[in-house]
Amino acid sequence: MICRRPVLTIWEKLYLPSIAQGLMVTVRHLFRKRVTVQYPEERWIPPSYFRGAPILLTGLDGQEKCTSCKLCQFICPPKAITIKGAETEDHKEKYPEEFFIDMGLCIFCGYCQEVCPVEAIWLKHQYELADYDRTALIFDKKKLLEMGRMAPYLKGREKPVQGGGE
Amino acid sequence: MADIILFSAIKIVVVLAVVMGGVAYTTLAERKVSAWLQDRLGPNRVGPFGLLQPIADGIKFFTKEDITPGRSYKPSYFLAPMATLIPALITFAVIPFGESVSLSGKDHRLLIAEGTGLGLVYLLAVSSLGVYGILLAGLSSNNKYSLLGALRSVNQVVSYEVALGLGLIPLAMTAGGFDIDAIVRAQKGGVWFVVPHFIAFIILLVALFAETNRLPFDLPEGESELVGGYHTEYSGMRFAMFFMGEYANMITASALLVLLFFGGWHLPFLNYGWFGPVLGGILSAIVFACKTAFFVFFFIWVRWTLPRFRYDQVMHMMWIRILPLGLAYILVTALFLYLRGPIK
Repeated sequence: MICRRPVLTIWEKLYLPSIAQGLMVTVRHLFRKRVTVQYPEERWIPPSYFRGAPILLTGLDGQEKCTSCKLCQFICPPKAITIKGAETEDHKEKYPEEFFIDMGLCIFCGYCQEVCPVEAIWLKHQYELADYDRTALIFDKKKLLEMGRMAPYLKGREKPVQGGGE
Repeated sequence: MADIILFSAIKIVVVLAVVMGGVAYTTLAERKVSAWLQDRLGPNRVGPFGLLQPIADGIKFFTKEDITPGRSYKPSYFLAPMATLIPALITFAVIPFGESVSLSGKDHRLLIAEGTGLGLVYLLAVSSLGVYGILLAGLSSNNKYSLLGALRSVNQVVSYEVALGLGLIPLAMTAGGFDIDAIVRAQKGGVWFVVPHFIAFIILLVALFAETNRLPFDLPEGESELVGGYHTEYSGMRFAMFFMGEYANMITASALLVLLFFGGWHLPFLNYGWFGPVLGGILSAIVFACKTAFFVFFFIWVRWTLPRFRYDQVMHMMWIRILPLGLAYILVTALFLYLRGPIK
């Protein structure tokens, strides 16, 4: 394809009017709202569809929803989830005795959330997961449930909560 | 005699302090304005609104390791930063910065080098001295990028020196002398020269941008092509001296534009005689500083708006466009002045 150069008028060839135009464009930005988030003081609030760290949810009875079916463990691409199931007298019959997610391995793909039949595992708002120690990144059931309790905009609460989860 | 020496010393100290402070805060202004133009906040950690940032920068430059590349040619490598900074600072000797001040019955000009009457010639001579520093830096760094940057810079500065001269001549003709004071006086109470001499203003503006190596003429430093250009190998305080030289040049250029085209320290419908002999002088200096600050802002504003020229475009613009335009404009001015007749 031949790209023809546009034929410039004398006004355009003068170059100065277009410089003035460009200067007007930039000076308008001088008075715009700043987009900077001053991180340690201000935190970015992720939108409700954000896929952050996976967390475990509890049901209305205060028990974890997970039934230890291990579908998430099987589908997890980096094999970050480890579940040790056990039996219970409850209606759901099985529960996870131990539930580990290695946040160092997790790729935040959301397959676990998609595959979970009881909606027990969700990818929520948390994105500050760095640590100096890799073993500290292996989150156990207690920690995951705690994160689940702190999660903002759960069902019926779609609006994000400022500074939630910390 | 003694009071003249004393007053000169005071002027030198004050001007140097103001210029160096101005340089420090121009670097902050550059970062702030560039951030604002990009919807960011800019430095705001050191002091209120980041106002102490230049001090932090200074401490950083002083305590940084001073690296000298191996096989560099040491004498000129060490000389180059000084050869850039000193011409940038001594240009201020001929920049008048306010109305005369009367102290104990004596008039003192607010100008370091009084009564030379050749301010513009001195300015042209000194401003082109700065190129030696850049050339020495490029030649002695033992770095191909530095050398290329220096070559570009020398080429550009020497070329646009012509444009600078061409832009100044019509003004000198109109004002009847190479004295900057005369040009300012010619604008007092009348029209600022930017209106009748708009073409000269454009020529001089372009030339000054090129002389100060600012965008869109920052080919000597062209980061994307030449790393850092002529100062690639410099670090610590030596790099800071190049940096300060560039910003001092920018302030000089802004001051020059104000003096030549925007009435210097004069404002329309304002007579500094009303404020008494001393206060009027100080007030005029403040007005002059404000006008200069606007042009410093303009330099920064342009830098963060326009992209860099290609090298052939820089040369084409100078030798094919500006040179004939400038020569023609000198002839037009001469014709106009001839028809107007001698100044009374």
